[in-house]
Amino acid sequence: MRFVDEYRDPAAARRAVEEIGIVSGGEHRKFMEVCGGHTHTIYKHGIENVLPENIELVHGPGCPVCVIPMGRVDDAINLAEQPGVIFTSFGDMMRVPGSTSNLLEAKARGADVRMVYSPLDALRIAQANPDRQVVFFAIGFETTAPSTAITLVKAKEAGVTNFSVFCNHVTIVPPLKAILESPDLRLDGFIGPGHVSTVIGNRPYRFVPAQYGKPLVTAGFEPLDILQSILMLVHQLRDGRCEVENQYTRAVRDEGNVRALQILGEVFELRPHFEWRGLGFISHSGLKLSEAFADWDAELRFHVPGVRVADPKACQCGEVLKGVIKPWECKVFGTACTPETPIGTCMVSSEGACAAYYNYGRFTRDAAASARIPVRSA
Amino acid sequence: MSEAAAAPDEPEKDFRKSEEEAVLERIERFRRNRPRLRDDFINSAHGAGGKASAALIDAVFVKAFANEALAPLTDGAVLTLPSGERLAFSTDSSVVNPIRFPGGSIGHLAVHGTVNDVAMMGAVPAWVSAAFVLEDGFPVAELRSIVADMREAAANAGVQVVTGDTKVVNKGSADGLYICTAGVGVIPADVHLDARSVRPGDRVLVSGTIGDHGVAVMLARGELGIEADIESDTAPLGGLVSALLAGAPGTRWLRDPTRGGVATVCNELARDADLAIILDEVSLPVRPAVNGACEILGIDPLYVANEGKLVAVVPPEQAEAAVVALRSHPLGGDAAVIGEVRDDPPGMVVINTGFGGNRVVDMLAGDPLPRIC
Repeated sequence: MRFVDEYRDPAAARRAVEEIGIVSGGEHRKFMEVCGGHTHTIYKHGIENVLPENIELVHGPGCPVCVIPMGRVDDAINLAEQPGVIFTSFGDMMRVPGSTSNLLEAKARGADVRMVYSPLDALRIAQANPDRQVVFFAIGFETTAPSTAITLVKAKEAGVTNFSVFCNHVTIVPPLKAILESPDLRLDGFIGPGHVSTVIGNRPYRFVPAQYGKPLVTAGFEPLDILQSILMLVHQLRDGRCEVENQYTRAVRDEGNVRALQILGEVFELRPHFEWRGLGFISHSGLKLSEAFADWDAELRFHVPGVRVADPKACQCGEVLKGVIKPWECKVFGTACTPETPIGTCMVSSEGACAAYYNYGRFTRDAAASARIPVRSA
Repeated sequence: MSEAAAAPDEPEKDFRKSEEEAVLERIERFRRNRPRLRDDFINSAHGAGGKASAALIDAVFVKAFANEALAPLTDGAVLTLPSGERLAFSTDSSVVNPIRFPGGSIGHLAVHGTVNDVAMMGAVPAWVSAAFVLEDGFPVAELRSIVADMREAAANAGVQVVTGDTKVVNKGSADGLYICTAGVGVIPADVHLDARSVRPGDRVLVSGTIGDHGVAVMLARGELGIEADIESDTAPLGGLVSALLAGAPGTRWLRDPTRGGVATVCNELARDADLAIILDEVSLPVRPAVNGACEILGIDPLYVANEGKLVAVVPPEQAEAAVVALRSHPLGGDAAVIGEVRDDPPGMVVINTGFGGNRVVDMLAGDPLPRIC
């Protein structure tokens, strides 16, 4: 496939891995990939097991589904079960557990819950069902927030009054800060989020090297992108540099997407604080609809319980999201908590570290190496 | 994590490694237990052919009907007549939405789905039943045309529709029409297909490009706003099976990778044979358009349904002959060896990626593309 296969070339991958080994000089390095999309790529292509053993990857908080706290899922289910409501959601959120059930179960109980691929689909459903209230469950970082914003602008322009948004958009920089502040974590650098950076650019990360002395390389989502960004990180460390670099130059500009940032500014404003699954409340980390779009805010249109629910005791999503423990080190991983019966959000989304490890990486480095013996065709 | 763990301290690392291994072993033991049904209400995952389906089948159907013929839980039952002859008997319901899609209709699917299940038992499909659930108000002209598709499909498959039933339900109680079929065929005396006969070293083959049907139906719904020239592969596989068994008489096992795709049938094989299936990503035949659509949708073609393909396991010395036999048939032109059976890791499917790494290929918990068959 053009524009995809080039970034999966095994010969180029072998060269990159060798170079990482040479440049890192065998020194143990621990890098966090912030973005769930990267986690998914790393496991799907088996990158961890082909890297030199001295390079360790820890999986960060950038999975939009994983960071939604239980209370917000309960609120979503409550909205979905209000009479006359069509509740629309990305498929990923359907299986995320609230305190007593999930959206898929709410649907089975009779709620009209529909899976959409874009908030614009939700708006179309609203236009096709003028006698029903259509609520869109908005989640995600700066990556998906612009499409929610554009949908709201369109709803306002077209005067669609039976449409509203249950806003759970979050921003990437505050949790990054929280992780850097976390005392129990030692990292040598960051693989910076790619999609988010297409919107916000590279400038917002400058505090990472400036204040915390850690290098950050914004990376694309193909396996070679990841390897190249690791190579750039080990180069920086070897050369004694510490800066923000851009590996994903084909998509990310330093200043980001100015038009998208502008529309985000019009449609959203920062909440004073927002609760993150496993990370607790983080100041100025969540978005809500601005005054100008308050009429489309589901939290104002409907009564939303807004009860804070504590994470289940056994669940260690927070430590996984901060990269303090590996998924398999969680007490309930793979036994009480599996993709079929998830306790924590990290086990639901394909971008969640636990689900990615469970689905793709559930074998040791040695087993992976022995399985890599080529398949004989005849 | 302590700093000691991060430092390249050998004993500490070995300890962590063995700890990870212990966790993985515990998970593997858990995974081997058949999934338990925990839901109080049916949801779409129960019909997806993955773990939730298995849980429902175990907890409700097997519990109620338990018998020897049902026990293997393959796509059809093998029944031995007093004469010693063996019949393969299978049933299938078609609820696809939309009822017409590029490459076929619900009528083709209703016949092919059943005759292919019979063919995968090694039998020559002969007779089919058809029961129709019709929604009040469904156009007769539409029904005629669907039934014409069934007639065409039956003729191509060499089977006769020999009995049937018709029910009409209130408007809103069904979505147009649903078709339930059952099929019977005779298994030739020298054919014995069984997952338990699979051995390490055996090769895994697929008869052609994967994922065509699921993607074609999904795009035909028009919800995704993606247009691509992809047709369903719906086809009767009896002839292809005969060609394969003639060319590679030692064939151990056959399955048609419908719901849940090649990944799911390989997982069922790995579990039933207690062996590892190692797949080679580069060898998987996937149409560029299907690959492109899957890439955009974030789904893996390995999990997407096929309606005219088979996965076969053959002994290594017959692998080449099997590929030749499949390719000589009009439905097997893109046949390829896609994997190998090994001892380790037992019960698991692993794919070596084109990029040079590898990953586990597990059964899906739910279905990425509902109501495609």
